[in-house]
Amino acid sequence: MRENIPAGAAALLLSAMIAGGALAEDVHVATTAIVEHPALDAARDGVRDELKEAGYEVGKNLTFTYESAQGNPGTAAQIARKLIGDKPSVIVPISTPSAQAVVAATKDIPVVFTAVTDPVGAKLVGSLDKPGGNVTGMSDLSPIGKHMALIKEITPRAKTIGVPFNPGEANSVTLLELIRKHAPEHGLEVVEAPAPKSAEVLAAAQSLIGKVDAIYVPTDNTIVSAFEAVVKIGVENRIPVYAGDTDSVPRGAIAALGFNYYDVGRQTGKMVVRVLKGENPGDLAVEGVEITELHVNPAMAEKMGVELPEAVVARAKTVVK
Amino acid sequence: MNQIAFLGALEIGLVYGLVALGVFLSFRVLNFPDLTVDGSFPLGAAVTAALIVVGTDPYLATGAAMLAGAVAGMVTAFLNLRFKILHLLASILTMIALYSINLRIMGRPNLALITEPTVLTPFEGLGLPGFYLKPLFALAVLLLIGGLLARFLASDYGLGLRATGANARMARAQGVATGRSTYVGMALSNAMAALGGALFAQMNGFADITMGTGTIVVGLAAVIVGEVVLRSRLIVIAVVACVLGSVLYRIAIALALNADVLGLQSSDLNLVTAILVAAALILPGVRNPIKALFAKVAAR
Repeated sequence: MRENIPAGAAALLLSAMIAGGALAEDVHVATTAIVEHPALDAARDGVRDELKEAGYEVGKNLTFTYESAQGNPGTAAQIARKLIGDKPSVIVPISTPSAQAVVAATKDIPVVFTAVTDPVGAKLVGSLDKPGGNVTGMSDLSPIGKHMALIKEITPRAKTIGVPFNPGEANSVTLLELIRKHAPEHGLEVVEAPAPKSAEVLAAAQSLIGKVDAIYVPTDNTIVSAFEAVVKIGVENRIPVYAGDTDSVPRGAIAALGFNYYDVGRQTGKMVVRVLKGENPGDLAVEGVEITELHVNPAMAEKMGVELPEAVVARAKTVVK
Repeated sequence: MNQIAFLGALEIGLVYGLVALGVFLSFRVLNFPDLTVDGSFPLGAAVTAALIVVGTDPYLATGAAMLAGAVAGMVTAFLNLRFKILHLLASILTMIALYSINLRIMGRPNLALITEPTVLTPFEGLGLPGFYLKPLFALAVLLLIGGLLARFLASDYGLGLRATGANARMARAQGVATGRSTYVGMALSNAMAALGGALFAQMNGFADITMGTGTIVVGLAAVIVGEVVLRSRLIVIAVVACVLGSVLYRIAIALALNADVLGLQSSDLNLVTAILVAAALILPGVRNPIKALFAKVAAR
């Protein structure tokens, strides 16, 4: 270990000389998430890769740290304190509880949150257009309006949609409010099917049989973890199942208009770069997801008694075989 | 570990010290293995947050949270005493019921308090930065609650309560109303856990439905670590030991959070907790609440 130090120092010196002048200042970007989760990890990697593209590279002029609270809000609060003490250039909290803990702990260090569904409801910012203070970031709210339009485009005769969700997930409750708001605009009536645990998803889906023309599964961790149970009900009763995330399409959703968290991370990274270049976080409006992609599963659609319009299949980024 | 991280560990350790005192009262004093705290900690946070959001005075809201916690503790005691449900099971029933109740109270899984007034608001004019103010406030609360608890346990009534836990039959023979003692002890225990939740929510700016998970493990770890470092028959010292244990536990976590020490990183946290508690349990001469619990269950 000790022998490596001079070599490491030399490498550092060398890289500093190569980087030479262009980006003389070293920066520290500290990320933290409430729990290890593929989506949250992808967002973190997106941030890091975007920083690299902008000329901030780990091992050269960028210190990039990551802490996970392992699902414990007490630890999240403690991590927030540690980060404030470390005085990084920017803190990037990923997920709502992590962001709340960080924002409550500092009014000085720039914060760019990500993967937060409802930043105003979580009191991270006063308004989306003018956040003010030291905080900005991006929301990962599903474009629900577009989702409802997609359901109507593929199954124009659908009048009611069933929505299984976990009433204990903050994001799902927000999504459900949005669904209730947007569904009537597309002539759809909403039937709720609450399932507080993944073991209760099958029963929740069964409760929708005969009541709905389509099922829409929002980005709810509990329901998505038992997605196959919903698909089973869909196939047996020929009810088309739509999803809010594209990862569920190979698992049996007929179509989903989604985004991936890596792209969310890249978009967040762009905001981090602007802050690193000296812009004031409070002046940057909170952004929504820009890149969406359509994934379809024609074989599953057939099993559920639906034929996907050719225009939709042609538009899809991925067609599951 | 930098200074702010240390003060953060101190603050969170002190707040969870309230949980440790609650666990000490139920597990140690009353000999009642009570898992209700996993529900009463977030209950305290939920009640406070819901009340503050609609404009209630933060101190009043915190008091209401303690009252709610006390009721939760009494429900567990009621299930156990009135219907003879095994204490462990009775507390699990209350705990899972509280999950739904907490959701009802908050109306949603996460309530934010970042911009709301809290119990700290009156002191913010003193010009002290938050990372000093919060641990100082927590320390003041702990001194008050710990002092009251030590005095209570040393009083005649408190002695009856301790006798109830030590030997219920003997206590009854001496004229102690053991049933009532259990109700009072369980109410106090969970009121303290709820106070911890109420303070945690106000100091960290949010109440979340998931924040109760593992509270009992943290509380037990604090009690056990405290007993290892500070052993005494004196009730005052025992109370101090609980709080000290809680702070030491948080400092251990803060060390684990600093990757440069021992090469640990945040994903090793749960392992650190397990090793810490196991080491404390293995050390000779430590009363083991879990072992004691199973011995009791087997004896039935």
